[in-house]
Amino acid sequence: MPQEVGRNAMTPALSLENITKRFPGVLANDRVNLTVAEGEIHAICGENGAGKSTLMNVLYGMLPADEGRIVVRGDEVHFRSPRDALAAGIGMVHQHFMLADNLTVLENIILGAEPTGRGGRIDFADARRRVAELSDAYGLDVHLDEPVENLGVGERQRVEIIKVLYRGARILILDEPTSVLVPHEVEELFRNMRDMCARGETIVFIDHKLDEVLEIADTITVLRAGRTVATVKPDEVSPRDLAELMVGSELPTPEARTTTAQETVSLEVQDLSVLDDDEREVVKGISLEVRRGEIVGMAGVEGNGQVEFVEALLGIREPLQGRVLLEGADINEWTVRQRREAGIGYIPEDRHRRGLLLPAPLWENAMCGHQGKEPYSRRGFWLTPKAARERTRELIAAFDVRTPGPDVAAHALSGGNQQKLIIGREMIMTPNLLIAAHPTRGIDVGAQAAVWETLHRAREQGLAVLLVSADLDELIGLSDRLLVIFRGRISAALDPATVTPRELGAHMTGAAGEVEEMQHA
Amino acid sequence: MNARSSHRLPAHRRLTLALAAPVAALILSLAVASIALVLSGSNPFPAYGRMFSYGFELETLVDMVNRATPLYLSAVAVAIGFRMNLFNIGVEGQYILASIIAAQVAAELSLPAPLHLTVIILVGMATGSVWALIAGVLKVTRGIHEVISTIMLNAISISLVVAMLFRQWDVPDESLNQETAEIPPSGRMPDLNGFVELFTREIGKGRVLWGFVIVAIIIGILYWIYVARTRPGYDLRASGINPLAAEASGVSPKRTIIVAMALSGAVGGLVGLPEVLGRDYAYGLQFTQNLGFAGIAVALLGQNHPGGIAIGALVFGFLDSAAPILDVHGDAPQEIVEIMKGIIIFAAVITYVVVQRRRQDEEARAASLAMASSDSEPPPETTSNTPESDTRPAT
Repeated sequence: MPQEVGRNAMTPALSLENITKRFPGVLANDRVNLTVAEGEIHAICGENGAGKSTLMNVLYGMLPADEGRIVVRGDEVHFRSPRDALAAGIGMVHQHFMLADNLTVLENIILGAEPTGRGGRIDFADARRRVAELSDAYGLDVHLDEPVENLGVGERQRVEIIKVLYRGARILILDEPTSVLVPHEVEELFRNMRDMCARGETIVFIDHKLDEVLEIADTITVLRAGRTVATVKPDEVSPRDLAELMVGSELPTPEARTTTAQETVSLEVQDLSVLDDDEREVVKGISLEVRRGEIVGMAGVEGNGQVEFVEALLGIREPLQGRVLLEGADINEWTVRQRREAGIGYIPEDRHRRGLLLPAPLWENAMCGHQGKEPYSRRGFWLTPKAARERTRELIAAFDVRTPGPDVAAHALSGGNQQKLIIGREMIMTPNLLIAAHPTRGIDVGAQAAVWETLHRAREQGLAVLLVSADLDELIGLSDRLLVIFRGRISAALDPATVTPRELGAHMTGAAGEVEEMQHA
Repeated sequence: MNARSSHRLPAHRRLTLALAAPVAALILSLAVASIALVLSGSNPFPAYGRMFSYGFELETLVDMVNRATPLYLSAVAVAIGFRMNLFNIGVEGQYILASIIAAQVAAELSLPAPLHLTVIILVGMATGSVWALIAGVLKVTRGIHEVISTIMLNAISISLVVAMLFRQWDVPDESLNQETAEIPPSGRMPDLNGFVELFTREIGKGRVLWGFVIVAIIIGILYWIYVARTRPGYDLRASGINPLAAEASGVSPKRTIIVAMALSGAVGGLVGLPEVLGRDYAYGLQFTQNLGFAGIAVALLGQNHPGGIAIGALVFGFLDSAAPILDVHGDAPQEIVEIMKGIIIFAAVITYVVVQRRRQDEEARAASLAMASSDSEPPPETTSNTPESDTRPAT
């Protein structure tokens, strides 16, 4: 730890006292207390919907609190806008970056807070000097003249952080900063965070990945259902304790792994190549097999051809070459509908983009992808809304989708519940093959455990699953076999029983390949 | 349990919210039109009073329904496209072309009455459909936006109609009133006066209630069944809401575009027929234009819902049929009605957005309540599988 815990005795950098925030009918924050010591990394964890975002919105001035006090370094403050919060030294780094792609890093950083010289012209020399000082001081490595569109995710995040520092923030709020990063980028971010704290910055860090929280945080506050349930030190708790604090009940233990793979090959892909929208070959001759009762994990950092590969399997994208076989039948010429009706279930990587009809009621979402089948329609033509609602109710119960009923629009649900709905709608139709792309992305530990459990059970009953993911725990914990996709090719086949997360991460980022190549040379 | 009772609330709440928008739009438009009237030196209240007392006379009501019928068909044609985010601006061209071709075919055929009428209607639908399909095919194969192509097709079809009127039916007489040959009685749509007079007094002033109202009602019902009760209708709506999700669910985007354009054009081909088959018995220069554009406004007002469109078409029909009285009595210029139409659409669009946001908020609140209430209990019991008799129709 870069600073000693003894500093807690001094005036806290920030304290929230009895913050209550009501939305009509909902108590989003119920007398939440939070004390953040000067120079510490304070993690806030909780399930989706536990009130983390509301609390942060109150803290940086987006929402006024109904009750309670915010005290910054001993002075009570009242924020009416994020500008007020920034003036008090509180800055927010959002989960989704807010950068102008066509401007350079430097321009983005000073945008809206440009130092002006004579006649109102932007003093770029001064700006460059100040930004360079900041980036040196905090070890935040960025290329000031690079257009943002050329940057990777990790560097974009550093730009966002510098933006906030440049505006004078001394207390940084990072909203799920690791959700967009690959493992080695996470390490770098953590290094940066420690450096910043060593220089006196205070960081409030929202996350629900337990191992990360335990690794980086000095103090952890757990929220559940709008209340503070505990404030703990990372060395006092195990990941399991923390998860149970967040969920409020005991978690299921993963069962011992025994193979349930059968002889029959459900999905066979032969030498498949696919072009992306810009006609670049992003999938280059992939061959693989998924047997019944087997989960094959396709591990890879986003943008290595997974999206196009999955689209080709579904028939959305026409392959350049190669064949796809389902249960031995060549399905290359089949339409998406024929494939779906032949029993291919699909969990899309982005539930809003490919998965849901957001303004439509849940029962219409539940039938999406199965609209030609009973009980959603008769003879593949006449919709049967009554039976569809009934089936949706079963789904809601079986997959613990928290909703007032099947007539609520999908956008009313939280992300985790939307995901449960999507998984439920596929599983309830008992597919032969499930293509699951990032099935637990952005959902909390409780929902995540439920999804894993569902996939596990379905596998035992003979379901073939192609699991496309970047989540190391998920890949290792769930897969029977692991394939790494890197730059459109299968770069490695690994055994999940023996591989470590670190090795898998290295393979995914191509680091392992380079090391091996160097050794061979 | 809390969760279940909160589930009931949105049902009637939803109805209130659904009605709030058009009512607010109407009130707002009356208010704005009043300001316009005052500014132009008229007193709005006697003007409205006369509009309403005249407007609810039986003859005016018949006129209102007659005017609403083509508007309704036109709006349904537009709405079919809107349902999947296709902007069929070409109903105008589709119905003009369909009307002249149907009128010509009708005049040349001689068939027994019901068959004759059926053939004419089918010819109109087929013509509209083919004309709209040109835009659909261009979009699917060449990626040409349907707004551009349908606008251009409108211009082409109007030119075609003019060419057909003056060349093919080269009548030697000097009159400017060129028209197709007269449709024989077997091809005319019988009127509904006899039926209406069963319930009311005799319809005077030579007014006739067009039989095509029945066709419009049937089309409205078929549209509702198609959209709310069939799988292709679901595919259409799903594509409109989220084309990518629809595609992943097995809906072919290209096929859906073709189907939507064909259906939209088929209904569009009917728009001119009430006049041709119920009043003029020919296609000529007195033929009403711009119904295709008016249909866009009515579809917007009715939010693409068959019932909403009917209300919208009747409101517009009422304003059109009640407007002339303003001039007769010198209360106000009858063009004030056009201002009112504009304001109604404007206000409707705004209030719909406001109402929709309200509805989303309330639903989100209900959903988080369900989450909150089930948090305090162990998960399995909270979502108990008690069957409910919920037979609310799809929207």
